[in-house]
Amino acid sequence: MSRPEITADPVPFQRFLDQHRAPVLSFLRAAVGPSDADDCFQETFIAALRAYHRMDGRHPRAWVMTIARRKAIDHHRARARRPEPRAEFDDLGVTDEHPDGEVWAAVGRLSEAQRAAVALRYAAGLSHREIGATLGCSEAAARRRVADGLSALRQTIDREELTA
Amino acid sequence: MSGIDAERITRVLGADTAAAAAEASARLVERADREGLAEIGYATLETPLGVAVLAATRRGLVRVALPNERLEQVLEDLAAEVSPRIVELPQRLDPARRELDQYFEGRREHFDLALDWRLIEAGFSGRVLRQTARLPYGVTASYGEIAQRAGNPRAYRAAGSALGRNPIPIVVPCHRVLLSGGKLGNYGGGPEMKEWLLRLEGAID
Repeated sequence: MSRPEITADPVPFQRFLDQHRAPVLSFLRAAVGPSDADDCFQETFIAALRAYHRMDGRHPRAWVMTIARRKAIDHHRARARRPEPRAEFDDLGVTDEHPDGEVWAAVGRLSEAQRAAVALRYAAGLSHREIGATLGCSEAAARRRVADGLSALRQTIDREELTA
Repeated sequence: MSGIDAERITRVLGADTAAAAAEASARLVERADREGLAEIGYATLETPLGVAVLAATRRGLVRVALPNERLEQVLEDLAAEVSPRIVELPQRLDPARRELDQYFEGRREHFDLALDWRLIEAGFSGRVLRQTARLPYGVTASYGEIAQRAGNPRAYRAAGSALGRNPIPIVVPCHRVLLSGGKLGNYGGGPEMKEWLLRLEGAID
């Protein structure tokens, strides 16, 4: 077996998976909706395992989140190509039993960029610095993107409450 | 309707996914194995002497870590020496776990397991371990005898050091190699374990 080039101390993949699986799943639930998050989770970690020899050992969380975000984007593109795209968050609509449905529905209406920033911050719990490393921008820019996403979310919900 | 703030968003989106993620990652590991991406699979094994770690490549059993070794260190060494594509994959170790269980219960005298010798050095060290692998159950040899069978009768110290680095103990039975004069000598798993194994096999009283 040829030994792949390792750029940092090679953490056994199982430990990498153990450390990142919960935040990645949380991110994907917010990014593509709970029902499709598991498929994207599988695609994310299979891709991570294939590319594991190129993992950036300094920013493992940003590295795996970058892959997860790409898989979420692929997922949305594949859905958009289908004849009858189903809004993946609508089945979580507000009901008395699910008072938080309005939050999920509003997250589903954000632009991809805003949703990614909000999901990295509030679902996956990343620091602004890690969000910057994931989105390829500065920490300050990441902070702005999260704030923009949050205010877009607020506007969406306020608008719906007005029309309700 | 309640308004929306960071706290509420965190509560809704940041709900605990630990249990669901653990299930999803178990499915991931099975898929990785089916797709040939699991270069090393490992599992733990309860033995009468503590918890051992077993690791196998697709070729076969590559490592047996005795209970005095730390799991994390074993995995880190495998990551550095073989591949970091290591996952917990008990099903790959099922044959080894079954045969070792039987061995520890005194119901098995030799192993029918595919072995991966990649952690065993070429040259004299490798010959020492291959000769050791041929020692039958309950039969012992001295370091000097093994050195001789490996082609260099005077290299009994080198033979001892090769045995001390045996990556697949028990299955490659380095516990059957003793000091001349019948003293048990060193063992990677500790001298008490060597004595326990030799007693199990009826090699000593």
